[in-house]
Amino acid sequence: MGKMREMLTGNSAAAWGVRLAEIDYIPAYPITPQTEIIETLAKWISDGVMDTRMVTMDSEHSMITAAGAASATGVRTFTATSSQGLLYGFEMLYTVAGWRVPLVMVNVSRGLSAPITLEPDHNDILSARDSGFLQIHCETCQEVLDSILIAYRLAEDERILLPILVNMDGFHLSFTREPVEIPDMEDVRRFLPPYSPKHAFFKASQPMAQGIAVLGGPIYSYFKYQIHLACMKGLEVYKEISKEFENIFGRRYDTLEGYMTDDAEYILIMSNSFSTLGKAAVKRARERGIKIGLLKLRLLRPFPEEDLKNAIKGCKAVAVLDQNIGIGKGGILYPEITSAIYNEQKRPMLLSFIGGLGGKNISESEFDFIFDNMIKAAETGNAPPPQLLYTETEWNEMEKLKKMAGRRY
Amino acid sequence: MDTPVKSIKDIPLDEILLPGTPACAGCGGLLTLRHCLKALGENTVIVNAAGCFTLLSIYPFTPFMSSWLYTAMACAPAGAQGVRDALDILIKKGRLGSEEDLKVVVLTGDGAAYDIGLASTSGALYRNLDFYYICYDNEAYGNTGFQWSGATPFASKTGTTPPGKTVPTGTLTNKKNLFEIWRSHKPPYLATISPAHPVDLYNKFKKAEQYKGPKLFIALSPCPPGWATDPSHSVNFAKLAVDTGIWALKEAILGDVKHTLIPRKFKPVENYLKEQGRFAHLFKPIRQEETIRKIQEMVDEYWKEVGI
Ligand SMILES: Cc1ncc(C[n+]2csc(CCOP(=O)(O)OP(=O)(O)O)c2C)c(N)n1
Ligand code: SF4
Ligand SMILES: [Mg+2]
Repeated sequence: MGKMREMLTGNSAAAWGVRLAEIDYIPAYPITPQTEIIETLAKWISDGVMDTRMVTMDSEHSMITAAGAASATGVRTFTATSSQGLLYGFEMLYTVAGWRVPLVMVNVSRGLSAPITLEPDHNDILSARDSGFLQIHCETCQEVLDSILIAYRLAEDERILLPILVNMDGFHLSFTREPVEIPDMEDVRRFLPPYSPKHAFFKASQPMAQGIAVLGGPIYSYFKYQIHLACMKGLEVYKEISKEFENIFGRRYDTLEGYMTDDAEYILIMSNSFSTLGKAAVKRARERGIKIGLLKLRLLRPFPEEDLKNAIKGCKAVAVLDQNIGIGKGGILYPEITSAIYNEQKRPMLLSFIGGLGGKNISESEFDFIFDNMIKAAETGNAPPPQLLYTETEWNEMEKLKKMAGRRY
Repeated sequence: MDTPVKSIKDIPLDEILLPGTPACAGCGGLLTLRHCLKALGENTVIVNAAGCFTLLSIYPFTPFMSSWLYTAMACAPAGAQGVRDALDILIKKGRLGSEEDLKVVVLTGDGAAYDIGLASTSGALYRNLDFYYICYDNEAYGNTGFQWSGATPFASKTGTTPPGKTVPTGTLTNKKNLFEIWRSHKPPYLATISPAHPVDLYNKFKKAEQYKGPKLFIALSPCPPGWATDPSHSVNFAKLAVDTGIWALKEAILGDVKHTLIPRKFKPVENYLKEQGRFAHLFKPIRQEETIRKIQEMVDEYWKEVGI
């Protein structure tokens, strides 16, 4: 099979990544908007184009357990979920990371209940940021496919041996068709050799105890530090691997992606598919003469602190647009970025915005509002408090709905 | 299938579970496990859920000659699914020789089996997963200090069902019937076992061996700290549970139930209850006659229903 170009949704791009990675095993559980991934894979397995075993489990908790356990026995394993499912299996995220297994899992972001919704924001995926899973966030369908291949290479690297979450936005990416280059199988095999772990197995000739209890803080701390250090090592290993990926496939994926950032005085930080909206807004602002760029976060765990510092060096103001809400504090990424630059001698003003929750559109006027705020902050030296984006039209619509619901206030 | 053994002397002397574990003295569950593993042999991987036995393997030690994977509380059967499927895949694809194959054995307490892990077990049974399940049933959440579980018997005392002025009985619920819940999935092999009856236990494992699919075992397992009993009497209590008819030794092959050890003459349940601290409130300061009678009636009712 040579390389092909096809119109694929984010979900089918993910399925293609899994197919090309020659996965042995897929425990699954349905949830919108992820289901298309496992349905696509199920069909391929049924048609005999993939030599893979798939099992529908009784819950995501069981699904992640089975996936981790299979990975700990020595097979290449994939699974996928979304929002409620990720939270339902949450206990097992920390557990399988502690098992040091190179499982790759796709999360299709969707806002968390209540109120229940199907549309995306990033509270689901960011809740897993401390679990020991590495995280790669994707903006395009091509990126989804490629990231799955990169993720297996990275997860299975002996210096890492940790699971990875590849994230894409529900609907906006999962159900959006884009042209995607499907790589040649032989090229993929060159990039991603078969999985034959030396550390994870169960076999008669060599009994092994995995996932066992520890007594005492020093032993516990030792293993947790090991996980952390391996994850941090991921920064360097990721770069090696993405270089190799570029050499073979000609597409380049840095830890962060800068768009018009080279000479930027202002930088907007975003992640995932809404970055496309941000890029368009940046382009428009450039046409009006505002020296602005967009920085897209791609590798979120390990956090590429040095790359971030370099990317925003010398600019006057940075705005973090969090598509999530840490109730009682604000955006989740804003403090991550603040802490990364706090000890720098010269640092930009740092502004915080929250928008796009539950798939809410971020309109041109909202982007312009952010840009105006950045410029003003740079001029006055005063940063506004974190702001929740919402347009007047949306407000008026909401008032109407409230009236229909019988609320007078 | 091998011919059934007749005496304890026919059970292998080799130990798969070695001494020196942190389990309490007189732990009935541990004794059960020791016998089970003799029947299963070395080539097993034990998939464990949170409970007392999680602390059998503590880094860097393990008392097992076999492999071990601790999962979490609710999902040991799901872990077993992953391990079993992975072994099958590796063998089928020629990446592992078939001589490297292992029996996959889930090991959990009653809290995991009767309550939090019921859904994951049901899933594994329904998918006809080829595995063993050993539930050591000490009738409460033991590792957290003995609180009420779905397996806790009527009128016993646990940390969360303490007898008091308003509820002198202690536990008001009846023990959940896990045997029937599991049996409704029609597993090829299902049995109750007792550490006081190692020959019955051993033969059941040997019989189970011939079946592919779920092979399930529930062991009533005396727990000295929880039951408030003398550690040296654990086997006596396990035996009394059978002799009084409280713990029926039986098996179900593809759903068909057969009792494997029926006491010739049933002892009164009071004999079983009165020496256990967890039932002490039924006897002192005043004797709760009606409650004791009710327990006897429930046992009588069971045996009447099964036609014995
Ligand atoms: C999800 C979750 N909830 C609660 C616990 C706390 N916990 C650990 S062991 C245990 C008791 C287990 O009871 P059982 O399954 O009967 O085994 P035993 O302790 O009696 O051996 C509990 C409740 C846990 N580890 N995980
Ligand atoms: S508390 Fe009970 S079940 Fe747990 S180790 Fe002690 S005796 Fe065994
Ligand atoms: Mg228990």
